[in-house]
Amino acid sequence: MTGWDELTVGASAEPRTDKPLTVTDFVRYQGASGDMNPIHHDPAFAKKAGYDTVFAVGMLGAGRLSTLVTDWLGPRNLRRFGVRFKEQAWPGDELTYTAVVTSRREEDGERLVDLELTCTRQTGGTHLQGWATVAVPGAHA
Amino acid sequence: MAEPFEMRIELGKVREFARATGSRHPEHTNAEGAVSPATFLMSSAFWQTAASSAWPRDRDMRRVLHAEQEFSFPKGPPGVGAVLTGQSRIADTVTKAGRRGGELVFTTLVTEYRDESGELVAEVRQTLVETSKATGADK
Repeated sequence: MTGWDELTVGASAEPRTDKPLTVTDFVRYQGASGDMNPIHHDPAFAKKAGYDTVFAVGMLGAGRLSTLVTDWLGPRNLRRFGVRFKEQAWPGDELTYTAVVTSRREEDGERLVDLELTCTRQTGGTHLQGWATVAVPGAHA
Repeated sequence: MAEPFEMRIELGKVREFARATGSRHPEHTNAEGAVSPATFLMSSAFWQTAASSAWPRDRDMRRVLHAEQEFSFPKGPPGVGAVLTGQSRIADTVTKAGRRGGELVFTTLVTEYRDESGELVAEVRQTLVETSKATGADK
């Protein structure tokens, strides 16, 4: 696991680019989360709401963005994770996830790193902006 | 403040959720001692009731978009086997002028999750935005 000494400001996770998004990805996430909003899997419903077709569940990309962080620094160490939803993502989009250390601090006897996160579309447009705080064990303050 | 609800962190559900969000990390899949993924508390939908929801029921969901979502875990994400009590409230409502006319109403819902000893295990903040027309109509 990446340790405190390596997690300097500017250190980053290996970026991850997923296979093109499919409606199956949306349905799998919707079944797992219980959010069955038809706007993400029913094209007729999406058209009625004014969209060309179904679009990605924002929390699917958010979940994958959090996975980049927890696969890198460990699921147990996560202390905060947040996202702001920007552009919608669509079936066929290839999303790229990044995480970079922006600050280091100590709080309540834990060493913490703050991360800035992004999820961008193949067009360069931002799907999600995110942030996370992760504890770095084995380095007691 | 809405009614409290119980949520149990179950291994099968954690494995399903981890897979749906692209993780095969053993700390989510181990038969013993697994922890829930970062955004797992979204699946509180399976435990919430109408009475435990702080969101007003009369809203037209075609006009609602998800603006922001945040999870805080003072000691890390809840582990499998945890029996949590969640309780939601509306923390904030702000009205802003939309860029293309009309009003945008931002509502922040906060749900606190406590363990059986009453200790705060997780806090989830969700911000929803209501537009004055159907969300896809201005495309």
